[in-house]
Amino acid sequence: ASSSIRWTIPNLILQRREFCLGVLPDGVDRNSDVYINNSKAMDQLISELRFHMDKVLGGGGSEAVRRNRSRNKLLPRERIDRLIDPGSSFLELSQLAGHQLYEEYLPSGGIIIGIGPVHGRLCMFVANDPTAKGGTYYPITVKKHLRAQEIAAQCNLPCIYLVDSGGANLPRQADVFPDRDNFGRIFYNQAQMSAKGIPQIALVLGSCTAGGAYIPAMADESVMVKGNGTIFLAGPPLVKAATGEEVSAEDLGGATMHCKISGVSDHFAEDELHGLAIGRNIIKNLHMAGKQGIMNGLQSITPDYKDPLYDVKELRSIAPTDQKQHFDIRSVIARIVDGSEFDEFKKLYGTTLVTGFARIFGQPVGIIGNNGILFIESALKGAHFIELCTQRNIPLIFLQNITGFMVGSRSEAGGIAKAGAKMVMAVSCAKVPKITIIVGGSFGAGNYGMCGRAYSPNFLFLWPTARISVMGGPQAAGVLAQIERSTKKRQGIEWTKQEEENFKSKVVEAYEREGSPYYSTARLWDDGIIDPADTRSVLGLCLSASKNVPEDTKYGVFRM
Amino acid sequence: TLASSSENKKPCIEKILIANRGEIACRIMKTAKRLGIRTVAVYSDADKESLHVKSADEAIRIGPPPARLSYLNASAIIEAATRTGAQAIHPGYGFLSESAEFAQLCETEGLTFIGPPASAIRDMGDKSASKRIMGAAGVPLVPGYHGDEQDIDFMKLEADKIGYPILIKPTHGGGGKGMRIVQSPNEFVESFLGAQREAAASFGMNTILLEKYITQPRHIEVQIFGDKHGNVLHLYERDCSLQRRHQKIIEEAPAPNVLSDFRAHLGEAAVSAAKAVAYHNAGTVEFIVDRVSGQFYFMEMNTRLQVEHPVTEMVVGQDLVEWQIRVANGEPLPLSQSQVALRGHSFEARIYAENVPKGFLPATGVLHHYHPAPVSPTVRVEAGVEQGDTVSMHYDPMIAKLVVWGENRDSALVKLKDCLSKFQVAGLPTNINFLQRLAKHWAFENGQVETHFIEHFKDDLFFDPSNEILAKDAYNAAALGATLVAACICKKEQVAYRESLPGDSSLLSLWYAHPPFRVHHSARCTMELEWDDEYDNSISKILKLGIKYQPDGNYFIERGDGDSRGIEIKVLYLGHHDFRVETDGLSMDVSLAVYTQGYTKHIHIWHGKYHHHFRQRIGLDLSNDEGSLDKQSFEAASHPRGTVVAPMAGLVVKLLVKDGMEVKEGQPVLVLEAMKMEHVVKAPCAGFVRGFQVKNGQQVFDSSILLSIKDE
Repeated sequence: ASSSIRWTIPNLILQRREFCLGVLPDGVDRNSDVYINNSKAMDQLISELRFHMDKVLGGGGSEAVRRNRSRNKLLPRERIDRLIDPGSSFLELSQLAGHQLYEEYLPSGGIIIGIGPVHGRLCMFVANDPTAKGGTYYPITVKKHLRAQEIAAQCNLPCIYLVDSGGANLPRQADVFPDRDNFGRIFYNQAQMSAKGIPQIALVLGSCTAGGAYIPAMADESVMVKGNGTIFLAGPPLVKAATGEEVSAEDLGGATMHCKISGVSDHFAEDELHGLAIGRNIIKNLHMAGKQGIMNGLQSITPDYKDPLYDVKELRSIAPTDQKQHFDIRSVIARIVDGSEFDEFKKLYGTTLVTGFARIFGQPVGIIGNNGILFIESALKGAHFIELCTQRNIPLIFLQNITGFMVGSRSEAGGIAKAGAKMVMAVSCAKVPKITIIVGGSFGAGNYGMCGRAYSPNFLFLWPTARISVMGGPQAAGVLAQIERSTKKRQGIEWTKQEEENFKSKVVEAYEREGSPYYSTARLWDDGIIDPADTRSVLGLCLSASKNVPEDTKYGVFRM
Repeated sequence: TLASSSENKKPCIEKILIANRGEIACRIMKTAKRLGIRTVAVYSDADKESLHVKSADEAIRIGPPPARLSYLNASAIIEAATRTGAQAIHPGYGFLSESAEFAQLCETEGLTFIGPPASAIRDMGDKSASKRIMGAAGVPLVPGYHGDEQDIDFMKLEADKIGYPILIKPTHGGGGKGMRIVQSPNEFVESFLGAQREAAASFGMNTILLEKYITQPRHIEVQIFGDKHGNVLHLYERDCSLQRRHQKIIEEAPAPNVLSDFRAHLGEAAVSAAKAVAYHNAGTVEFIVDRVSGQFYFMEMNTRLQVEHPVTEMVVGQDLVEWQIRVANGEPLPLSQSQVALRGHSFEARIYAENVPKGFLPATGVLHHYHPAPVSPTVRVEAGVEQGDTVSMHYDPMIAKLVVWGENRDSALVKLKDCLSKFQVAGLPTNINFLQRLAKHWAFENGQVETHFIEHFKDDLFFDPSNEILAKDAYNAAALGATLVAACICKKEQVAYRESLPGDSSLLSLWYAHPPFRVHHSARCTMELEWDDEYDNSISKILKLGIKYQPDGNYFIERGDGDSRGIEIKVLYLGHHDFRVETDGLSMDVSLAVYTQGYTKHIHIWHGKYHHHFRQRIGLDLSNDEGSLDKQSFEAASHPRGTVVAPMAGLVVKLLVKDGMEVKEGQPVLVLEAMKMEHVVKAPCAGFVRGFQVKNGQQVFDSSILLSIKDE
């Protein structure tokens, strides 16, 4: 008996230690009249709220919804459901905006906003409702759009704009257009957030007219859906009135035109579902965008990676030794990136430069490869892509096979020099790890734009097929011979055909010798010649060795 | 003398090379390992990563994939044995197992061949010689006439002696050509002359033989075993009547509906057969049994371990591979005939990669999902594959053998059906559904087996698409499967996303709560599944499903096919590919397998007794947008359609077409050299080349017109 008493005391102490402090008492009498009456009253209020909600969730009415469906378009909330991660939550905000505000019925203020995760990354969604007055911006629509941007800026959330709007509501222009917190503020906010590194993504799923055109144009990346998506400052009727030109909406500002020719949009989607899938992919490729990501513990490196689908040894058979022969740089990319997965950026625009996101041993990378001569569009595309990668702290890989920038009067008149300069500016200032592999030619300013030795890539390697010189041997021989001939002529010395040929072949020979990879590597113009089959391994090791400390990239003045 | 005898005695086998692959190689290794014997695997290039290679202590490459260059390459195998120091070679079944030359070669090289003596293999390998030997030993043969005398009247007398029905067939040739079944004496002359004509036309010889035609034959075989001391015993019989394309698919031991007298006679006959060729090691004597008369006749003897040996092992409780090794070591048989007890009943079902509706054609592919029925002391799964392996065209398409045992035939059959429904294979077509249909057929349940079983009951075993009731049932089952798939996929996706969240931001997981949060409404999603009816490939139906997340975490699923009754489903994810679903108070386990091939996602579900396969289109084939990438197509926009302009200034180095030639869209028309590169200019549309304005070696300017393509 005595022993049992001895053990009682410590047990009590132990129990008291586990006593939960801070737990509130129940304090509610569930049987009281007050409780019961409150409950009834609240039920009434909630059913009233649900009544309004149900109406709002129906959008602009059955007729408008039917018309929307007949165009192969989803409703705005369905679009968001397909963008967020399957089975994840969506916090919709201000659902009853516009409630009894105007004579017209404007469900949810004509725009759906809210927060949801995409590939584990929380995003702010701003989706026009085309069934509500054609998605036009009423004053409350603008206010709701701006509120979404305000939250995104405060919480550092990437913005996804699902654009399908007729633009400002013209009868109410005085309340929509001029003031500080009116329509123009939308683009101001986009610019401010982009500057802070908060990604701005636009999916053009319907019309996007006048002021609305700036939403995709101001975005970091944008997608357009064939057929439904249009971007123009003025639609066909206005164009006809202003200039007499008759043009279809698709030709004037359709996805094909903007993705291929104007470059206003970056991704071409065959249909709406394809467009939404691309939208998810864009978010996936944001990686550490905005640096805040790193602080929030967002990892971008996946420890599990897939090998390329195709044999890396085949790289030995892809680059031709004859520099004149063209080959698709994508066949090289397919053999160095994880799972041969490459999300191409601006695939249809400036097609002689290939840009896109991929992973190498799980590390996200941006790849820039040559598929021909650099034209004005190719250079602009390159500069845009480098900006995206520096914003997101994504290392850059350059696959050089470049004969140079396009020459000729048309090119010069178009300003090829300043277009090239933009790319060179972007390459020079990019403060992310840069690795260059010269797989073929590396001539002239092409060497600069594609991160040659002078642009301080962390590493630069050559394939045995590499050739580096200011221009091609025969071209140089032609230029030098021309100068020599005129010098001789001035001095009155005769220059025979034979002498000229000898002169030229000497130049060609010298260029041939000096352009050789051995000539380069002997002088440490590079970090070594590698077996093409080792490219993936070398890139992986170099990426690992290049310390990726996020550092702000600041560009100089871009000559526009 | 004591010393010399110990010198003569061969040492016991300590290391075996298995000259085979697949399940049988793995099966032999299991026993070898248990006996402490080291194993050596051989493999062709196609089998480098195979299970039998991984299971062996050592493995040696013996050649490229074709069997004749690897598994049939006797010298490479002997060399492998010598190199690894193996004392014995187990040939398994197939490949070199019944090659007398190989057995002889082993002997010559001082290696123990785990099998019968070369002489017995040779004797039994020749079908007509083996029948002569057996006839002499008093083993019953199918009554017939095999003589040279071909006179029609004489032959008719022979036929009368044998008794009708009679089978007439040419002595040469095969494939059923010239074969005639004669039911009665008055049909004989006509059939005989017909067979002669056909034989002469097909094989250039018109000699004919006569045999008793057995209308309802059963294939029953007896497992025999002999040692090197002249002892031979039998281990009872197996019934292997269930065949397709002359290959067995379900075997059982003992044979059903057989009297013990008959069993004893059969066993004695088999032992006499083995003794007639001085047999030792494992062998099988095959008999054809006339279901009508109850007579049995010798067919042939297989001088190896058979595929279906496990059913015998299950009913006699012995390990035949162990016996083989002990006999090869020179030990006497471990049991005497009277000690061999027959206990219970066993079935074996062979799981094949094959296309049942297309006449059981062998199939190839990747085993994206392979989860065999769970094994136990009464359930064996003999396989040489693992999930992710490829069933290639080089070898036999058998995936696995399912072997079950029960106290009696009925209880064994219950187990067989259960295990078949739990045998999950996805990635290639299999015969599992067909085996299930066989196993539950009333005639099979009654043990009414015969070799024409599948042909005989084909109306029951193969699905008739014109049968609307069955078609409706099949559709309803598939629709339920699709509904369950939708719920399970929703569950799995959400769990997968929650588990793969980046970083350690724990609050982020709130966004993946179940059910997903929505303000004032419920989350919904839709799913489209394409279903192919296994027995009617021509129709693939699209099943549209609308899924609504209920506040309690259940899924409310409606089908878009007009059947407006929605189903509420509760899903519990059990891990891997297993789920427990509950609908309307009924809960059950289901399994899912998901894999993608190109732009298609394949989803398999096993629910109850059903296995359904659905496809889902993911993404679009965008490869054809490449053609529209050409910069020149825009440049040419200001010119009439079909105009080809120079994409840039350059030198024409090659002309690939001539004026007036017809060209296809995208066909190269000329090569331009500019900026140190060659550029191929292509036809923007199909038509005829008109106004070819440039010559080879000519300098052209940017955007200058080169030619145009006109319709006529």
